[in-house]
Amino acid sequence: MNLDSLTHTSGEWLRGSGPESDIVISSRIRLARNLAAFPFTNRASNGQKAEIEALLRERVAKLELEPKLSYLSIPALSSLDRQLLVERQLISRELAAADGPRGVALTPQETISLMVNEEDHLRLQVMRSGYSLEEAWQEIDRVDDLLEQRITYAFSEEFGYLTACPTNVGTGMRASVMLHLPALEYTKQIEKVFRALQKINLAVRGLYGEGSRASGHFYQISNQITLGKSEANILNEIQSVIPQIITYERQARLSWLRDNRQGLQDKIARAYGTLCSATMMTSEETMDLLSAVRLGINLHLIEEITIPTVNELFIYTQPAHLQKLRGASLDGEERNAARASYLRQRLREAGAHPN
Amino acid sequence: MKCQFCSNPATVHLTDIVDSHKKELHLCQSCAEQHHLIQKQELNLPAILQSLIGQHLGPQTDELARLTCPACGIKYMEFRAQGRLGCPHDYVVFRAGLAPLLQRIHRSNHHLGKFPQRSVLAPEQQAELVELRRRLQSAIDREAYEEAARLRDLLRRKGCHG
Repeated sequence: MNLDSLTHTSGEWLRGSGPESDIVISSRIRLARNLAAFPFTNRASNGQKAEIEALLRERVAKLELEPKLSYLSIPALSSLDRQLLVERQLISRELAAADGPRGVALTPQETISLMVNEEDHLRLQVMRSGYSLEEAWQEIDRVDDLLEQRITYAFSEEFGYLTACPTNVGTGMRASVMLHLPALEYTKQIEKVFRALQKINLAVRGLYGEGSRASGHFYQISNQITLGKSEANILNEIQSVIPQIITYERQARLSWLRDNRQGLQDKIARAYGTLCSATMMTSEETMDLLSAVRLGINLHLIEEITIPTVNELFIYTQPAHLQKLRGASLDGEERNAARASYLRQRLREAGAHPN
Repeated sequence: MKCQFCSNPATVHLTDIVDSHKKELHLCQSCAEQHHLIQKQELNLPAILQSLIGQHLGPQTDELARLTCPACGIKYMEFRAQGRLGCPHDYVVFRAGLAPLLQRIHRSNHHLGKFPQRSVLAPEQQAELVELRRRLQSAIDREAYEEAARLRDLLRRKGCHG
């Protein structure tokens, strides 16, 4: 698989389509699995990690999946390519930074990624654009079943799928939905939502997972509990709150529009104007401005640009993507200039041919 | 200094340098947590796990502290310090410490989800395989190739293919 091809597409989760895609960016499910006969990754020698990798790689290659998965060895990748995969959410920051033999198997559309020798031997991930947890579950369950025919998983009747960290044991499942919530944040109701979610043991994280900031008003909501509930139950709990959050965000958008249409219009127009004309742009500012533009498109306050284009800009303006596009390694200041110039060019094209 | 989100005193001070631009945040503990701004290292998951484990051990602590997994060689205290287990068999060996910990984390200590369709290995079989693998690795490290070959054969005979 040639990673350069990734810079010509925006990947499944940023396709900008699917149910409720004005607010739900993507749905994602991951399963943690381990081989029964090996120590967990943190306790495995490099020799054992190589054995685990060879074994899983061989089994994954034989999966009856169309299209086939391609396997990438992480140590063989440049740090820029690793960062590119992190930015696209195909591997975790932990896998990018870890030591020893490890890798990832991917489908060309980036809907499935199987990480090898992460904290657990195998981390399966399925991603869908928009709000489609159910579909993501069907897919990952099928891949898990296929793998299980060829691999003896570490499993106990009492504790379920055994994982390196006790916080993942049981189903080994983390289901998450990424939401764009600019109006709830602006109207300061987001805290209320978070508190309510915490009470029912759902976690809220920023765009790039644990410890990351919620830049661009993107939030990931996921289950924390993995033991003592069935997968269907866990999914139901998340699915019982997401529609409410979507409704709150829509209401907040409408009341913002009703109470201060001019102010909102101005905010969005300024964001668009800055993106079209600035000559230096940090990734943080880009996220915030694109977030405002995205909101403007959904409220029909801006016509020059479409959601898929904005989604593309979100990902292509990330540091590794930008450097890939430019074909050169750039330092912070150079990146800011390159980012601004890329944005100006893309928005000029989009404005000239609105679709 | 006051928290930027509420009026409580700010106790968490974060400096973010993005593309060589400095951004400062001053928050109270609870806002910092709610915004998930405290990094993993600062949150110190192992320490939290350790305190969770500690709370539930009481008189059992000494007994647990002496436990070592025969399959992978990890000590219970090492698990406490790192928050990560060494191998699947630890769930059997450290059960006395883990069951209350799981209860605390998940409010349950019994699996209710999916089961593998194929028959699963019994815990003893899983442990034996992990231990054989450990002995194999140590034989290779010592360059004891005859022993390594013997162990490899044994693993193969036990039908271990992952």
